[in-house]
Amino acid sequence: MRLRTDGGGRVDRSRSLRFRFDGREYQGIAGDTLASALLANGVHLMGRSFKYHRPRGVLAAGAEEPNALVTVIRDDARSTPNLRATQVELYDGLVAESQNRWPSLERDLQRLNDVLSAFFPAGFYYKTFMWPRRAWKALYEPFIRRAAGLGRAPTRPDPDRYAQTYAHCEVLVVGAGPAGLAAARAAAATGARVILCDEQNEFGGSLLADRAARIDGMSAAAWAEAVVGELAANPAVTLLPRTTAFGYFPHNFLGLAQRLTDHLPSPVPGAARERLWQVRARAVVLATGAIERPLVFPGNDRPGILLAGAAQTYLNRYGVRVGERVVVVTATDAAYQAALDLKERGVDVAVIADVRARAEGPLVAAARAAGLSVLPSATVVGTDGDLRVSAITLGTVAADGSVRVGERIACDTVLMSGGFTPSVHLFSQSRGKLAWNDALRAFIPERSAESERSAGACRGVFDLAAALADGASAGQAAAAESGAAVAPSTRASLVEAASRSDEAVLGALPHPPGPVHKAFVDFQHDVTTRDLALAAREGFQSIEHVKRFTTTGMATDQGKTSNLNALAIVAGELGKSIPEVGLTTFRMPYTPTTFGSFAGLSRGALFDPVRTTPMHAWAEAHGAVFENVGLWKRARYYPRGGEDMHAAVARECRAVREGCGLFDASTLGKIEVVGADAAQFLERLYVNAWSGLAPGRARYGILCRDDGFIYDDGVIARLAKDRFHVTTTTGGAPRVLAMMEDYRQTEWPELEVWLTSTTEQWAVIAVQGPNARRVLEPLVEGVDLSPAALPHMGVATGRILNVPMRLFRVSFTGELGFEVNVPAGHGAAVWEAIYAAGQTHGITPYGTETMHVLRAEKGYIIVGQDTDGTVTPDDAGLSWAIGKSKPDFLGKRSLARASMRAPERKQLVGLRTRDPRLLLEEGAQIAERPGQTPPMQLLGHVTSSYASSVLGHSIALGLVAAGRARTGQTLYVPMPGGDVEVTVVSPVFYDPEGKRLNG
Amino acid sequence: MLLIPCPHCGPRPELEFSYGGEAHIARPRQPAELDDAAWANFLYTRRNTKGAHAERWRHARGCGRFFNVLRDTTSDKILTSYPVGAPRPDPRAADSAAPESAR
Amino acid sequence: MFRQRFSGLALIRRGLTGHRDWQPHWRKAAPLASYDAVIVGGGGHGLGAAYYLAREHGLTRVAVVEKGWIGGGNTGRNTTIIRSNYLFPQSAALYDHAVKMWGELSQVLNYNVMFSPRGVMMLAHTVHDVQVFKRHVHANRCAGVDNEWLEPEQAKAFCPPLNIGSDIRYPVLGAALQRRGGTARHDAVAWGYARAADALGVDIIENCEVTGIRRDSAGAVEALETSRGLIRTRKVGVSAAGNTSVVMAMAGVRLPLESYPLQALVSEPVKPVFPCVVMSNTIHAYISQSDKGELVIGAGTDAYTSYTQRGALHVNTHTLDAICELFPDFRRLRMLRNWGGIVDVTPDRSPIIAKTPVPGLYVNCGWGTGGFKATPGSAHLFAWTIARDEPHPINAPFNIERFRDGHLIDEAAAAAVAH
Repeated sequence: MRLRTDGGGRVDRSRSLRFRFDGREYQGIAGDTLASALLANGVHLMGRSFKYHRPRGVLAAGAEEPNALVTVIRDDARSTPNLRATQVELYDGLVAESQNRWPSLERDLQRLNDVLSAFFPAGFYYKTFMWPRRAWKALYEPFIRRAAGLGRAPTRPDPDRYAQTYAHCEVLVVGAGPAGLAAARAAAATGARVILCDEQNEFGGSLLADRAARIDGMSAAAWAEAVVGELAANPAVTLLPRTTAFGYFPHNFLGLAQRLTDHLPSPVPGAARERLWQVRARAVVLATGAIERPLVFPGNDRPGILLAGAAQTYLNRYGVRVGERVVVVTATDAAYQAALDLKERGVDVAVIADVRARAEGPLVAAARAAGLSVLPSATVVGTDGDLRVSAITLGTVAADGSVRVGERIACDTVLMSGGFTPSVHLFSQSRGKLAWNDALRAFIPERSAESERSAGACRGVFDLAAALADGASAGQAAAAESGAAVAPSTRASLVEAASRSDEAVLGALPHPPGPVHKAFVDFQHDVTTRDLALAAREGFQSIEHVKRFTTTGMATDQGKTSNLNALAIVAGELGKSIPEVGLTTFRMPYTPTTFGSFAGLSRGALFDPVRTTPMHAWAEAHGAVFENVGLWKRARYYPRGGEDMHAAVARECRAVREGCGLFDASTLGKIEVVGADAAQFLERLYVNAWSGLAPGRARYGILCRDDGFIYDDGVIARLAKDRFHVTTTTGGAPRVLAMMEDYRQTEWPELEVWLTSTTEQWAVIAVQGPNARRVLEPLVEGVDLSPAALPHMGVATGRILNVPMRLFRVSFTGELGFEVNVPAGHGAAVWEAIYAAGQTHGITPYGTETMHVLRAEKGYIIVGQDTDGTVTPDDAGLSWAIGKSKPDFLGKRSLARASMRAPERKQLVGLRTRDPRLLLEEGAQIAERPGQTPPMQLLGHVTSSYASSVLGHSIALGLVAAGRARTGQTLYVPMPGGDVEVTVVSPVFYDPEGKRLNG
Repeated sequence: MLLIPCPHCGPRPELEFSYGGEAHIARPRQPAELDDAAWANFLYTRRNTKGAHAERWRHARGCGRFFNVLRDTTSDKILTSYPVGAPRPDPRAADSAAPESAR
Repeated sequence: MFRQRFSGLALIRRGLTGHRDWQPHWRKAAPLASYDAVIVGGGGHGLGAAYYLAREHGLTRVAVVEKGWIGGGNTGRNTTIIRSNYLFPQSAALYDHAVKMWGELSQVLNYNVMFSPRGVMMLAHTVHDVQVFKRHVHANRCAGVDNEWLEPEQAKAFCPPLNIGSDIRYPVLGAALQRRGGTARHDAVAWGYARAADALGVDIIENCEVTGIRRDSAGAVEALETSRGLIRTRKVGVSAAGNTSVVMAMAGVRLPLESYPLQALVSEPVKPVFPCVVMSNTIHAYISQSDKGELVIGAGTDAYTSYTQRGALHVNTHTLDAICELFPDFRRLRMLRNWGGIVDVTPDRSPIIAKTPVPGLYVNCGWGTGGFKATPGSAHLFAWTIARDEPHPINAPFNIERFRDGHLIDEAAAAAVAH
């Protein structure tokens, strides 16, 4: 590791780490990133570009890295593609691979694209691949898809766990560089709850790589450590390193992604890999810093050409010299400091080529004093090298703008610095307004949309002393705004650092006449100055159009290093100013954020709440097969001894019709409607009449919305003059209650009525069948079950097994039936007692599938199956339920429209197949004429279809145009194998007189 | 996630609420007296305001009560909230009356 | 018909000379004083309508006015799913009209819109879903629209990353597959129509916001007031998606529309791993992989109306819950970019392509979350309606009066809710 410095930096030279990159083993040290460790080994080539597969090295040292994308492989199921090597913290045993190359990173055959790049300019795919017509799908697209993409997605389920948490604070500070640390310290001094997060493993930001500056008599890094220590000791401060604030949402709500285990050699099994923080802050300080811009010149993308600030970071923070002979090309003073630092560490700095006409100022003077050669008015004509830069050809720009080609300088590294782009991503996400600052050549925050303030470099305050002061005042103001006590203002930090100008350049450097060969703007996507010029020429003038046409800024770095250069070049092409061309919208996330951390624990049983009834365990123990209905698990059937569903259902149906069945109806929605105006309230809602219903009686109710279509149904019992027990469908309970509350609170507040959801308070045990009374009679106290005392649709309260009970004599099967409502906590015990008592009467548990068959035999509808939101009560054959003399109910006015009374409306009918064994498929269509070919004239569809073991033939219900008038007609169900003949019959197949029901 | 000022409970996260659509659309007292067009207008036509929008929310996972909110649909900024039955406030006046927590 | 024809050969020929003489895809037109017809809204539907007005109805003086940049609204913000397996015959006819046009759109426009009929699979997770999708399958077959039922193993074979195990909260019970469904390149649709319309003389006027609609004494449209001056015209077709209510209000027309945020997101690009489009209405997510390699993911709208073009974090989170539940291999992939559009939604979730009560004013709106798939068909029918002052038989049911008369085309209600 000849490129490692002897000392200094934030790395621990005593702890050596082994790692593999593309199968080769290397050594790094604790504190390295994958990028710094590779550089220390002299490896610059880390990736290939997306389109032309050009060899690429690191450009940057942080989140903005466009080139060095790798896949880190922990094990088969834990491989993570597209990670930036600059952000991958090294651990012992780390395995990483380069991407998007074949057969190897050094020799990538798709480099052919680069050779042929003249034919693949921006947007080439819009102009070709159109012939022959089917070839796009069959040939071109598969080829393009294979060539595109970066790393490979894992092909096994991710075994890692992801955590989530919510947090509240007075002040959230994003970014722990100089301004962020100063802001957090000032805010914390007021006693406010402060959260400070930073995407890096260590707080300090640029301070960690600044060897020259001294703050309060300390080195910059030591000062940062001291402040972090002070904050860590404050219990009101939460420090979140490795935590990226990725999204800024309305009302000061921010999303932070914290990485917990990716830096560990062997994470504790089961430990969360990442944690998503959702933070509501009263005030936010954004101290997100600035990103150095590359310079745009021909061949600016070769491995070994990187940002000056990145080289400085590698040197001062990681103890790595990025090369041995360096040429610096700069438009900023900052790069001079990098050159000085490198020289001090023994690097040969061949020349500092300054693109500015006048290179002066303290840092320039210091460089000259150190013996560095400075070439002003410089430009770059080209570079050489393939897998690593080997030389650079400079030029000089005359006063008239003409370029004179200068000398070719051999080197292994080129550092560039075009200026600094304030990181306004989060500010822009918050919908704050940006303004173009001509002096800074940057967009900076102008007006906040939230309780937010930006501080330091992210608003163009680049000078260290100024950034510290800016941060401190922002932190204090944020705390004050959030209501914290104002603390005495803290002493300003004493800063010793060379002053720098804010000069910068944007766009391409001047070049000699003639075509410019491959000066890259967006490195990952291989967007060159020529692509941008082409876009402008082809009429793509809005920056959003340019972005979409050239794909500039759309790579995984989202243009962090490239957007402003692209904007300047397009503006130049169009002869417009930068603000006129506009800025593309910043969108979350700031950097790519793991799907798993959004999903968190929402997997399997925790994906959605699972609702189970009190009898669930019993059903499980008795072998029930369950179905999901809404959030509920419902027993669908109880197979015995290898029965399939069909056999089990046939048996369960016969048991109910011949003896007694036991059904868990607890999932039905239940709403207690109470109050002097309870009956009036239901009158206004349901289509039925309620005022005349006597206490102790129940009625089947239909609820429409005001559009006139059936919304829900259920039995409603009147327990007392002022008390109703309303049942709803299983899925409909929450929305029916919400709808009732809406009318109660907002339309009819004058009614004295209260609503309580009692769905989970009552366990409901349906005992159905000719033996139902015999089963229940011995168990029930205080209720006379005789038909005279408790007729069909009668309701009584009493006790069962000494448990309070509401007993409904209702039937959804057509048999003599009871529904026993007991407090949920007693449900399982009562169920088991009834089951035990019923053994001598052939009691059989049955599930929802049997329930469906039994009700279909009786022609009872299931809302949502036999209706679909377009069905009126009359369509469903339920006109009888409508309270004819009522002045109004929900839907009445809509039902009065001509279209709702049209004779050709689809009506619910029964259907019989000619072949009694033939079962229609639910959803099959119904036609009047046989033998049609598509498009067919259709009358409706089959809504329910079952094999009725009791009747010995199949039955079906369907919605058929003018269906009731067609009773007796033969219609046709067109199936792929031909038409099936059906006869329209009454929807009531079983016991049409209702004798059994009333038995 | 919006921070919604429930007039009864104070500011609470959006997850506790359900949206109830445009406010101040009263159900006609005598629907039978409306012609089809007027009835359809009640059922379906909405202002869909771009700007200060009066809308209903229910604190469904809180106090359960409906209330009205004036929200700027171009920024999602909540200008004020007020009880059911109260008239729609003037958005300009409402701006300064916005609860501090709802900024 | 085009000044420059796009082809592989043309690309190579110009590649040899530095691509110097490509022309703008469309002219930067300034508004003339008057037009035969003006389309408000430069999305795919609007640009397409202008193209068909010029190509099929002989209108020579047609303009599209766009307040921003063309294709910048929902055309450029959607997840590009194309399918036509709708339940009701009116809907299936409408969307299938479009699917048929998609098949040859690249050739018609001489612009590669990358229509990729890779198959759209809609997952069933409950017994109720199974019933609903089988109803769709039968209805579509009888209407001549392809849609087939797949058992879970067949669904897995069609989409290998799909988890069909019973370890998820709502296991996959089957799927409805439309093989002719797929995706297309959204920007190319806008640009392709713009270029083809421009070649027929249509003026595409960007950065031109409509500020008023002038009507004559009879109430008919006579001019548009815009940020770039007055434009006289007797026919105005509004195709402004989420902003339709705002534009129509200028003519005093109120519609049964509400505008909601709709979010989408993409992952970082990865090598091909997802061959088709998968949608799950029950657990609210849909996903495909772009040619560039990004997983393109979307879900339902946010809960409340908004014009902000952004949505809430918890809506995204819920979408990714669903994706990670169905495709547990993808949990380690990362969200690259999230964005929002404004979708205009009607009470029955079906569009309106119709005349309005104002003579000379036509509207094409209410596409909700699914407008992209209809682009060519919608544009074609809207042009017909504007040119002839009467609807084409396919869009006749999609009128405004259906809300008054109760002839709703309620696909969402027909999908119904779990019972």
